[in-house]
Amino acid sequence: MTKILDRMAAEGATRRETLTVAATLVGGALVVGCSPANVMGDILSLGATKDFGPFGPFIKVEPNGWVTVICKHIEVGQGNHAGLAALAAEELDADWAKVKTEHAAANAKVYANSAMGVQGTGGSSAISNSWLQLRTAGAAARAMFVQAAATKWNAPVGEVTVQNGVVAHAKSGKQAGLGDLVADAAKVPPTTTPTLKDPKTFTLIGTDRVRRKDSVAKSTGTALYTQDVQLPNMLTAMVAHAPKFGGKVVSFDDKATRQVPGVVEVFQIPSGVAVVAESTWAARQGRDALKVNWDLSKTESRSTDQLAQWYRDLAAGKAAAGDLKWAAFEARGAPSAPGAAALETTYDFPYLAHATMEPMNCVAIVNGASCKLISASQSPTLDQLNAAKIVGNLPGNIEVQTLFAGGSFGRRTNFQSDYAAEAVHIAKTVGHGRPVKLVWTREDDMRAGYYRPMVHHALLITTDKDGFPASWRQRVVTQSIMKGSPMGTPKLDSTSVEGAMGSPYLKATPVVDAQVLSPDVGVPVLWWRSVGATHTAFVMEHTIDQLARKAGRDPVDYRRALYAKAGANRHLAVLNLAAQNAGWGRPPPAGWTRGAAVHESFGSVVAQIAEVKLENGVPKVGRVVTAIDCGTPIARDQIAAQMEGGTCLGLAAALYGKMTLKDGAVQEGNFDSYRVLRNSEAPTVETYIVPSSNPPSGVGEPGTPVIAPAVANALLAMGQPPTTSLPFVKT
Amino acid sequence: MATTLQINGKSVQVKAAPETPLLWVLRDELAMTGSKYGCGVGQCGACTVLAHGQPIRSCSTPISVLGTAKITTIEGLGGDHPVQQAWIRHDVPQCGYCQSGQIMSAVVLLAQKPKPTDEEISSAMDGNICRCGTYQRIRAAIKDAAGLPQVASSPPPLKTPSVPAPAAKI
Repeated sequence: MTKILDRMAAEGATRRETLTVAATLVGGALVVGCSPANVMGDILSLGATKDFGPFGPFIKVEPNGWVTVICKHIEVGQGNHAGLAALAAEELDADWAKVKTEHAAANAKVYANSAMGVQGTGGSSAISNSWLQLRTAGAAARAMFVQAAATKWNAPVGEVTVQNGVVAHAKSGKQAGLGDLVADAAKVPPTTTPTLKDPKTFTLIGTDRVRRKDSVAKSTGTALYTQDVQLPNMLTAMVAHAPKFGGKVVSFDDKATRQVPGVVEVFQIPSGVAVVAESTWAARQGRDALKVNWDLSKTESRSTDQLAQWYRDLAAGKAAAGDLKWAAFEARGAPSAPGAAALETTYDFPYLAHATMEPMNCVAIVNGASCKLISASQSPTLDQLNAAKIVGNLPGNIEVQTLFAGGSFGRRTNFQSDYAAEAVHIAKTVGHGRPVKLVWTREDDMRAGYYRPMVHHALLITTDKDGFPASWRQRVVTQSIMKGSPMGTPKLDSTSVEGAMGSPYLKATPVVDAQVLSPDVGVPVLWWRSVGATHTAFVMEHTIDQLARKAGRDPVDYRRALYAKAGANRHLAVLNLAAQNAGWGRPPPAGWTRGAAVHESFGSVVAQIAEVKLENGVPKVGRVVTAIDCGTPIARDQIAAQMEGGTCLGLAAALYGKMTLKDGAVQEGNFDSYRVLRNSEAPTVETYIVPSSNPPSGVGEPGTPVIAPAVANALLAMGQPPTTSLPFVKT
Repeated sequence: MATTLQINGKSVQVKAAPETPLLWVLRDELAMTGSKYGCGVGQCGACTVLAHGQPIRSCSTPISVLGTAKITTIEGLGGDHPVQQAWIRHDVPQCGYCQSGQIMSAVVLLAQKPKPTDEEISSAMDGNICRCGTYQRIRAAIKDAAGLPQVASSPPPLKTPSVPAPAAKI
């Protein structure tokens, strides 16, 4: 790193104060701060191209009339490119049928996520942080075309219109396509302060016309993923990893590996032993034939059962916390002598793998200090930084080409750039600019860690005479995602408790004492679609349902009363909308039982009412009525798609998701042991969007965490006992 | 040691060893990357191709067992296949990685049962995992391709209620 800073200094960063980097997480978004505030992007983008086309870094217009919207956020399936394109196209008044999208190059400054300070996709922030930026880019380009036409036609600027990609002057009857005017428009000096439309006049945003731009490519097998990259002279690499987290290579025997036809080289890298070959199958066979002697003396060797017991003991005060410190995340009122507890309960949540359909992979090309990555990176900036450290270059000099991701759910970004760094190490050893594609098998992917952390919650709640919470004590034990990151550890890792922290139920409670403890465990953990909400939504919503039943109240009415106390009007609105469309209060279809849940995450509030029955002891979910307030809706069809998909991912985890460690070794390796949701188990989700003129808020994640408590609450309504641990299916 | 395969109506000679799974021959040797690797053990269906019109998991099918079987991959559907067109109309894909396999399974289903029931659709598609959770749109697209009415419980066209949203607190 010193070397990097020296080089930065040599290339003009000398005046910078000592780079101080602090990172916190807000709603799963990496927030990288620095002092002074704007230095980070400057430094990390040193070396990056600043040469953009005439319409700036976000918009290209071709003479054939096609408009390309350049997306700084990766498309991992969440449909953000449809919305991002619509933001620019709306203000440009482009012909939506001739709008396409492409991934931006890496540039930590120009393509910074305003919520993070550097380039990155996460925290369901793509649309919200592009809302003004891409509209401004579209409007600025539009102004250039209008000016160009006005000049060419000798018409007043105010009389030139643009509609569906056609620039026109009604009085003279002249008109031209955007493409016809590209050359003239390119010469117009761009404005940085164009006039944006009044949202009431939108003709594209918020309409059902905003649809995905990649459905054809993804329905014909032509969409390009990292797995599909083929370059001249390219090698394919696989890596033998230690059987436990923290294991190191002592020695290896590659005799059999080298006899596999197609194997080119075998060598040690920091994360294991790499086998590079001329084909994927050769790499696989070569890797399987490798014998590695591991040093496992410093590995994490506990089992998940032991860890869970430890967490429970820590929460109950039965195990000493040692150097660990409890951090308060909500504290209100003076705790008085506790009355009789209305509810005392605990909840346990397991490690979860992301298990994206495309296992992790990365193409790296290294020639000396020159390095190019081709991959599906959520955080090009982090990958640039980590690659730069390995090859000894400036982060901005690391070229990153971003491709579609075969799913992510949060997996494709972490502070270590685990798989990308592995690819760079291999490509550096291979050298000579020879492309190397690192591929992980399903088992590699599933056993590599970076899981949703295990979590334990312990609650003790007393109630007032009306059955509403009077005091709320909560203890949360979970590994911190931020702890030990190279960018510093916050005193309170909000990702551990978001969703409990800020809950309207806590706001409505006079006395609150809620704390979190972050033990050290040698299992890498990471944000997993909806992050803290993956467990806090369950804890809060299932607890509230139990309290409602103890109070003899209808659980929806009970929530309404609490939302009124807390001033949680958006919660109330989505709950009412879902209840109305689900027919809450009327009998469900014969054989089904309804459960409700509501949760706010990433600025959006989602309510779900699920119809559930038990089949052979396993919850079966049928109809799920969903209401979301995500501010101004941009791509309605994709909002619905994210509610459908988020519900399925949340339900998969709720029913089956569990990663198990036995003496430190991960037991699950493939879909036969890590069961996921299949078609016949997938509910039918109906989505209702609350009309709103607020700025847009998150959509990719908020649909995920609500289904698990909705199902648990339906089980309660059936007379089943409360659910105190996930997954529902224990074997 | 060349093996001759019948792929998408063409006779193709490949160099790969006979025990090599078809998936890696398609992807690495023939550069037909529409079929995907997802699990390597026939669990997820991302690698599904057709052999004599039957779905097979190409990740765990060595080329030596294929003989003269007529192989059809996603590339062989041509892009305007009714199932592909239905997929596009419904914007089924999210990340898209599993969709080649999903489509191949749907093609087989409709070839064998032109008017499948809901249960037949789910059952036929249960071997194909989608982590993005596009299952409901897969079901809808299959019904569309089959010319079947959508079930009543399918989502109605998106509609909005008349209640305005309260102000966001952010």
